[in-house]
Amino acid sequence: MNRQVSSLFVVLALLFMVLVGSTSWWTVVRANDLKNKPTNRRALIQEQRVPRGVIYARDDKTVLARSVPHGRGQTRVFSRTYPTGSLFSHSIGYSFILNGRRGLEESRNDDLAGKENEFASILSGLESRRQEGFDLVTNLDPAGQKTAIQSLGGQKGAVVALEPATGKVRVMASVPGYDANQIPRGFNRLNRDPNKPLFNRATQELYPPGSTFKVVTATAALDSGKATPSSIFDGHSPRTISGAPLANAGGENFGPITLTDALTNSVNTVFAQVGERVGRSTLLKYMNRYGFNEKPKLDYPAEQLIRSGIRDGKGELVDGATGFDIGRVAIGQGGLEGAITATPLQMAEVAATVANGGKLMKPRFTDRIVRKDGRVKQRIEPDMQAQVMKAQTAKELGAMMTKVVEEGTATAAALQGIQVAGKTGTAEVANGAANQAWFIAFAPVEKPKIAIAVTVERTQGQGGTVAAPIAKQVLQTLLKHE
Amino acid sequence: MMSARSARIRELFGLIPVTLCVTAGFAGVLITRSAQIQDATLTYGAFFLALCVGAHLFIRARLPYADPYIFPLAALLAAFGLVEIYRIDPELARQQAQWFVVALIFFCATIYFLRDHHILERYRYTIAAASLALLLMPRLPGIGGQTNGAFLAISVGPIQFQPAEIAKLGIIVFLASYLREVGDVLVRPRLRPPPLWRQILTYGLPLLAVVLLILAVHPGIAVSVLLLVFTASLVAVVLERPSLKHFGPLLLIWGLAMLMLIFIRDLGSSLMFFGGFLALLYLATSRLSLVGVGASMFFAGAIFFADRIPHVHERVDTWLHPFAPRIADSTGYQISQGLFAQGDGGLFGQGFGQALLKLPGGGTILPAAHTDLIYAVVVNETGLFGGAALMIVYLLLTARGFAIASMANDGFSKLLAAGLSTVLALQVFVIVGGVTAVIPLTGVTLPFVSYGGSSIVANMVLLALLLVISEHARSEQGRRGGLV
Repeated sequence: MNRQVSSLFVVLALLFMVLVGSTSWWTVVRANDLKNKPTNRRALIQEQRVPRGVIYARDDKTVLARSVPHGRGQTRVFSRTYPTGSLFSHSIGYSFILNGRRGLEESRNDDLAGKENEFASILSGLESRRQEGFDLVTNLDPAGQKTAIQSLGGQKGAVVALEPATGKVRVMASVPGYDANQIPRGFNRLNRDPNKPLFNRATQELYPPGSTFKVVTATAALDSGKATPSSIFDGHSPRTISGAPLANAGGENFGPITLTDALTNSVNTVFAQVGERVGRSTLLKYMNRYGFNEKPKLDYPAEQLIRSGIRDGKGELVDGATGFDIGRVAIGQGGLEGAITATPLQMAEVAATVANGGKLMKPRFTDRIVRKDGRVKQRIEPDMQAQVMKAQTAKELGAMMTKVVEEGTATAAALQGIQVAGKTGTAEVANGAANQAWFIAFAPVEKPKIAIAVTVERTQGQGGTVAAPIAKQVLQTLLKHE
Repeated sequence: MMSARSARIRELFGLIPVTLCVTAGFAGVLITRSAQIQDATLTYGAFFLALCVGAHLFIRARLPYADPYIFPLAALLAAFGLVEIYRIDPELARQQAQWFVVALIFFCATIYFLRDHHILERYRYTIAAASLALLLMPRLPGIGGQTNGAFLAISVGPIQFQPAEIAKLGIIVFLASYLREVGDVLVRPRLRPPPLWRQILTYGLPLLAVVLLILAVHPGIAVSVLLLVFTASLVAVVLERPSLKHFGPLLLIWGLAMLMLIFIRDLGSSLMFFGGFLALLYLATSRLSLVGVGASMFFAGAIFFADRIPHVHERVDTWLHPFAPRIADSTGYQISQGLFAQGDGGLFGQGFGQALLKLPGGGTILPAAHTDLIYAVVVNETGLFGGAALMIVYLLLTARGFAIASMANDGFSKLLAAGLSTVLALQVFVIVGGVTAVIPLTGVTLPFVSYGGSSIVANMVLLALLLVISEHARSEQGRRGGLV
């Protein structure tokens, strides 16, 4: 009978193997599938039970977001509160069970929720400590942010200020904003609002950059050796570009003029010629180096970032060196085949690159991730995204932009005792009924600490009169504390 | 005498990791709960160790030769179960600890009063009748009652217990005794195989008829396979020229299993009992054809009743589509939440005491977490590794039972040891298979681990029986000088 006993045992052992197999099936093979079942509310419930980390401003003191407990014992849950109200609504975003997550709350969710890698979670499992989120210290500057929102004064628009050498995002303002604390009750109303307060204009909205794009065109021309700051161009207006006449602002006529003076006075006809001389493929090459045609490398949710670039009538990016009106793209506009569009963040990156000797640093909100006991879990070190141009080119371009603020279109941005370099932009929108006003700048010129982009929607003013004064206010606030 | 002492020393040392496990487990749960180690954890560990050492000393005195691994393995399972139940509800764990003490008393009493398990053979019909009565008790008005549609429990005053747990022991004792007697006469010795053409003819014609029937009726894959297996096995059985008068009781047992399905309405326990029966039938006759006939008849009956008993039908439907929108919120809530909990466990689990059991509002997310779904809680907290480790412990326990069976000297002992081990393994398969959706989920307990007084008492008695058989086998072998 012993042979039968052995075979019976083999059968039972096989049954146990089936059980281990079925357990593996659910815990490993189908685990993700199970997590995504609509009836599976475990993740949501679990999430509520973990206090998320605190989000601090760059001073490490101002609390931008924290979790507050409700209830006790096993049924204790946490919810999010935002002490600064609407000040940082777009960059910090929000995190609520029923509304999901936006902004940094989403992009740094794993850290805020305290997720460790598999190995570390075993260790903490052995320690059996209650799971807790990690704190974030951001680069965000409450004073600068306040100034930016106040100076926009309710006009729709955006301000982005970066540290050129590190890519730290010091200010990101988008008006109108919202109070993240109102999200659970007011989400539907905010979502329906035609002014799109939930929308981050700094990263999600594409605007025609107007003449601020001439900085990109000039980069391509100088760095590829197609022109120097003192190259002479013909500044007559109007001039036929791609078969249609192009005029300067106010129809102003310039004679033979250097590239530096053409930038100072934002001469369209000259930069259209520069664009034609540089050519489509070279311009695209430099645009790509600046980060156009891809999403900014910001620690921010991908769905809240949009690619800047030349877009056709359907909103599709025009890639390759095929048909677009190079002359009009070179001055920040475009033609039927495609017009240049850019986000305020992208234009701030352009200014920061020139300020940083041609090196584009990846922009980032987060400075460090800190454990509850104060140990730094991770420090986000500056990371170069691209060497856009030679250091020499950046220096020449910086000098040209300095003249814009000293004697050109942007004198309104001049600061007492501090040299500012910048470029204005004014793009006609709504068939000429209104302007998209722009200003990009950096300061101080000798040792740039801040690069900034300001844009105002649908204004009757110009870049130099509307956007430049806002930039001046924000730069003043930010540089005061340096 | 040397070997007896060494076996007992092995048993004693086997208890040390068990105690460490229960202490560490309680410490883990308590730390999670109150963020500090309390003296309570050490008290629990010491208490458990004292109980186990007491039982060990008793085994040492009464059964010096018995298998040294069975008791520590069961103690490990019970310790693990206590920790998990404590984690779910400390009050339930206190009750379960009391039940563990009661179970140890029954364990010792069985060993004390049952010097020789062969006595059981004398009372086999009494035992069988008593077991059947126990099985049907939950249908009695007054003490019986329905849980989730199945009739598995009775309540006498404040005490509730599942008679099927006790009945399974009696039924295995009866089957072992009965099959030991009729096993040899049930089938006659094998003859020289008939010529090939006759074999082809005898198997081929009935099978051809069945295939034609299938083509004509289109009964579905499961039924077709069952028909084919049934026909082939039946032909093989007929070729053996079985003695028909001994087949009566076998048909009776099949009928009883079907009756259980109808009356108790629990597919899981029917599967467990009938599986145990088939295993013993195979051991006693060494004829797979008999198992084939039995198994196909059981599944045919199950399929037949699954369509006709609403409760069983619902269980099967839930098993096939646990996540279907209509089902996941009602009848499939338990199984789908159990699967979600296991999915969250992943490879390593979330740690002791970390499983999500309560909803923020205070409700429960895992129904019957301490009984039916305890395996889901284990996998959630200790992951695939914890679940697999638990299965290995059960497999080791089963292996010891089978080692006793192969070491035993007489047919009854062999059948009894193998039958008891099989029914224990099948019970694990029925509940863990149910929780992992291999088979429809039913309400049997996970032996030694789940909360439940009757379960732990019955399973400790089962262990006592195994140890008594083992004592006889090993002491006899020891006398012959062959103990390993």
